[in-house]
Amino acid sequence: MSAFLTIDGVSKVFRPNLTMGERIAARLGSDVEQRLLVAVDTVSLSVAEGETLGLVGESGCGKSTLGRLAAGILAPDAGSVRLGDRPIMEGESKVTTRVQTVFQDPFASLDPRMKVGQAVGEGPLAHGLTTRSEVKSYVESWFARVGLDPEQADRYPHQFSGGQRQRIAIARALAMQPDLLICDEPVASLDVSIQAQILNLFLELRRDLGLTCLFISHDLSVVRHVSDRMAVMYLGRIVEIGPAAEIFDRPAHPYTQALLESVPRLVLDDGELVTFVPIEGEIPSALSPPSGCHFSPRCPIAEDRCSVEVPTLEPFPGAERKCACHLAERRALAASSDAWLP
Amino acid sequence: MTDVLRVEGLKTHFHTRAGVVKAVDGVSFSLAEGEILGLVGESGSGKTVTGFSLLGLVDPPGRIVEGSIRLKCEELVGASDATLRARRGRDISMIFQDPIATLNPLLTIGHQMRLAQAAHGRVSRRAADARSAELLSRVGISSAAARLRAYPHEFSGGMRQRVAIAIALLHSPAVIVADEPTTALDVSIQAQILAEMKALVAETGTALIWISHDLAVVSSLASRLLVMYAGRVVESGPTASVLRAPNHPYTEGLIASLPSSAAPGVPLRQIPGTTPSLLALPPGCPFAPRCPRADAECGVRPDLTPIGAQAVACHHPGGAELSLRQGA
Repeated sequence: MSAFLTIDGVSKVFRPNLTMGERIAARLGSDVEQRLLVAVDTVSLSVAEGETLGLVGESGCGKSTLGRLAAGILAPDAGSVRLGDRPIMEGESKVTTRVQTVFQDPFASLDPRMKVGQAVGEGPLAHGLTTRSEVKSYVESWFARVGLDPEQADRYPHQFSGGQRQRIAIARALAMQPDLLICDEPVASLDVSIQAQILNLFLELRRDLGLTCLFISHDLSVVRHVSDRMAVMYLGRIVEIGPAAEIFDRPAHPYTQALLESVPRLVLDDGELVTFVPIEGEIPSALSPPSGCHFSPRCPIAEDRCSVEVPTLEPFPGAERKCACHLAERRALAASSDAWLP
Repeated sequence: MTDVLRVEGLKTHFHTRAGVVKAVDGVSFSLAEGEILGLVGESGSGKTVTGFSLLGLVDPPGRIVEGSIRLKCEELVGASDATLRARRGRDISMIFQDPIATLNPLLTIGHQMRLAQAAHGRVSRRAADARSAELLSRVGISSAAARLRAYPHEFSGGMRQRVAIAIALLHSPAVIVADEPTTALDVSIQAQILAEMKALVAETGTALIWISHDLAVVSSLASRLLVMYAGRVVESGPTASVLRAPNHPYTEGLIASLPSSAAPGVPLRQIPGTTPSLLALPPGCPFAPRCPRADAECGVRPDLTPIGAQAVACHHPGGAELSLRQGA
């Protein structure tokens, strides 16, 4: 399969505002260091046509920023994002409508003073996907497509429940007939029973429309359910990427492994003893990430060089994936001889 | 084991201009010493209002209109504010979802923990600080004595929730009500806190009511489960058996809705429709409009009836034998 979305060495650095004290110090002539927050650190990945790539990580790992870079909402500081052979951004502006986004919070992403039908029709009308005389039926067809009553197009967002609003947000993104859909935590704010409805809708639309998708979520079970491949991010870097089933069955990176073990599972046996193997410590601040491998201070198997050398994303022996860990090769050897490293 | 908490026929209603919202409508359960009870439901099911009612924290227009809450044989419904204040924090305490909102940003952690202790009797500053530091280190905060001088903003979300847990434990209460305390946290931090909570409860003998929308979290913690829907308990019983053999179609639907219940890419079994507005509940069983088993009989409200170790409020309970056979 050919690469469809190509993210090539992309970085994004934010410069947080100076505090009042620092501003005064700077005014008085002292040397105030501008802190840098490296949200995304030279990330490269590609998504093939018709594929869904799940992007997981904990809060602050840069997954949403990466999604925004891919959607052309933010301009990268380095590297490039291309769709097919065309760039998504030129300079600071987005040059394509082929990428659309569904955001997490359907209460914030819809204009409360605009009728939902208008919100869905606005983009297609501006970009010539429909005409003024046909926009009504065009919008109604998309409403029907996402399981909403087309009659409801004249209503305002507050008249809908969270699940229905997320359907509207999906209709709005799809009405632009995108080739690539970026879903940034689309079900995180929904109840379980509504979440299942939206996930089913997503699976159905993806199959029928042949969508390519970047699916961002902190919920591993949701990502497992919808993704063909997945990428795990930690403090701005991708630590592991490959087929979702393979990563879930045999995580290569110690962080992926620890993350999978942290997820609570349904306990179905009365006598079953639940033991958590929590990751030690907390995620370090992205303003001052640890040197070398960012995960090394929390890693159970870290060695001296882990805190010095930055590991690169290398093919993991004997599998179809890549992993950024100095000890990956040894773990792979141990796994193949059926022993597990301590 | 003796029951430390016994709730019977609890009804908490909100009298609004639009009508009476029956947020909690006839909830009964009991809690044994040292037991962990999971209270599960989706938004609007009344699980949080139930928790607030136990501590007498329901504000107007809401009030407890009926029922009884007995904490160690003492009736709390209708008790005076002074009595409730004396019980809150000492015999029953609460951990809220959002630790940023529960801690005072202007006071140091040590100051807040001293206030919580001074509220229930005279205590010297030194003794109070010693007790605070002891509990902070027990919930996994290192160099606790020094951290007493820190302000809430100096802590991360997970650490703040640990402080909130330490405050709840200060007086070794008989019951702690925890309202979605890990929902705002990352999974790795959630796992740490769940592991610590489990150990703390076993160590101190405190009974715990864990309110959550997440079945998996509750199942790894609670020995007994209460499933709520539209202000009522629809099913209860030992956690593992309820999850393995749900009797109520809503419980069954909730479990089947979890992405982990199906193979990847396969459509999930979904519950049709949405949760009903509490202002316009259908007569009879509130789940009937979404229920695949509903028939004419469901126009009458079902009572919670025991089936083995479980109890279910449904005219057509079932699925139990089928699931059990699969498990065998």
